[in-house]
Amino acid sequence: MTTITVYVPRDASALSLGAGEVADAISKEASARGVPIRMVRNGSRGMFWLEPLVEVVTPAGRTAYGPVNVDDVPGLFAAGFLNGGKHPLSLGITAEIPWLKSQQRLTFARVGITDPVSVSDYVHHDGYQGLRRALSMTPEAIVQAVLDSGLRGRGGAAFPTGIKWKTVLEQKTPQKYITCNADEGDSGTFSDRMLMEGDPLALIEGMTIAGIAVGATQGYIYLRAEYPHAYRALNNAIAAAYQARYLGPDVMGSGKRFDLEVRLGAGAYVCGEETSMLESLEGKRGEVRVRPPLPAIKGLFGQPTIVNNVMTLSSVPIILHRGAGFYKNYGMGKSRGTLPLQLAGNLKHGGLVERAFGVTLQEVLYDYGGGSASGRPRSSYLTATGRKYAAERLEFTGEAIATSSWVALRAPMARLMAGTT
Amino acid sequence: MTTQPTPTEAETVRRIVADMKGRPGPLLEVLHAIQASLGHVPESIVPLVAEGLNLSRAEVHGVITFYHYFRREAPGRHIVSVCQAESCQAMGAEALTEHAKRRLGVDLHQTTADGQFSLEPIYCLGNCACSPAVMIDGRLAGRVSPERFDTLIAEAKGAGGDSRKLRRQ
Repeated sequence: MTTITVYVPRDASALSLGAGEVADAISKEASARGVPIRMVRNGSRGMFWLEPLVEVVTPAGRTAYGPVNVDDVPGLFAAGFLNGGKHPLSLGITAEIPWLKSQQRLTFARVGITDPVSVSDYVHHDGYQGLRRALSMTPEAIVQAVLDSGLRGRGGAAFPTGIKWKTVLEQKTPQKYITCNADEGDSGTFSDRMLMEGDPLALIEGMTIAGIAVGATQGYIYLRAEYPHAYRALNNAIAAAYQARYLGPDVMGSGKRFDLEVRLGAGAYVCGEETSMLESLEGKRGEVRVRPPLPAIKGLFGQPTIVNNVMTLSSVPIILHRGAGFYKNYGMGKSRGTLPLQLAGNLKHGGLVERAFGVTLQEVLYDYGGGSASGRPRSSYLTATGRKYAAERLEFTGEAIATSSWVALRAPMARLMAGTT
Repeated sequence: MTTQPTPTEAETVRRIVADMKGRPGPLLEVLHAIQASLGHVPESIVPLVAEGLNLSRAEVHGVITFYHYFRREAPGRHIVSVCQAESCQAMGAEALTEHAKRRLGVDLHQTTADGQFSLEPIYCLGNCACSPAVMIDGRLAGRVSPERFDTLIAEAKGAGGDSRKLRRQ
């Protein structure tokens, strides 16, 4: 009998809906029936109204069932779900689900697909190709590739990432740092969390490339304390990367060093601001620093420091792997590449949508979001930056958006927000 | 007026400081480790930490008080955090919080008289697509109805775990 592979997510949101209990129930039922299975705990595909989403590898491809409750498990076995059998929860071939198929996933290419902490699975899915390429290039050429890609900071300020890197590269000091701002604190934002739990090695690879590019040997991920699942996933992935010598004194046999560590924040919202994050990483009160000097010149412990957010750094591997031109071909105007969108609150279909810049509000909130969960045709939407949109306007707009987080509000609260802003 | 740490507390803190003092900017890491071991960061350990890391007591005190995550008082056996951020608000977090207060018989930031549960507000657990969200002893729950909240509380009681030992698992 061949061993069948079953995927049940370990993403915190999936776990919050019972994915852990479902995984246990499937393992138990399989062993009671004497059916050998291989259970992989993947990230989430980002369709949270379908979580826990269980996938089975069949000859036709990965087949999805969801949302699965513990009570559904015996019925799934009875329906032969291990061979892709029909069941009321059948969703067909996962990759063919229109909500997923219409997306353009570059940064989230592996999230929900691979085992997040397996280096071999990561490499099997194009992982570490970007770093391999980077190690064959001069530091100047790596920075140029990031510049040419048009990648801009995804933390909100949209500063060109390559310019930041170039400034750090030009500093002639022996010690430089790469820091990742993973203090994702605004309500409605969860893409950093999903990536850190679902494909932490992409962030690790991006930071390693940054280190090789600017001559920094130490990286820190500053993670908010409210994300214990991401903390475990990152630490497990870092340990696996050290083990496989993608981190440490001899990165991929290049003779170059890069060390990486996760540091926990402690519930201070202001530490999402980059200079207060640096103070916090130094173990101090997270007070905002006066600029100049820029962190790129005098940052962590007074040394030149790259501060980028999770989405920015995790987009770097594919840029180095596929080339700046490949990435730049997505998007419009000055916004190049893709935008991971987060849909939350009072929406039918909340989750993660990655599309090239240029996607419209209408598409995002209605085609993907499915309209309001409470069934009212008109609700309002709040972005993580606090800008509020009224539904009336959205219906007539084909406006392209550059804001990644959308929380749908209920009517009374929408009025409250309007009154206070 | 600060009291003295117990001998066990003092021993734990000395060990943590000795382990971590060589790391760059270690104070936050040290405080996290202390809270993970003791369940909170009592005022009485400030002199030990200050001395061990070669900082002033004011510096250590200043850092502890800056960060909400560090508890100055011992919490209940189980920590129940109910998200209060916008996405959860849009899906009924306010009503859920009121239910939690009634169910546990305490206000936010308080611990039940039997020392079982501390009820706390939290601002975003990154579970915004499954609002409203609650975290109990590091275990995340989404789309929490009042009935599900009661089940989670019963499970926490039954599991007999201790949040103070779970925070960094």
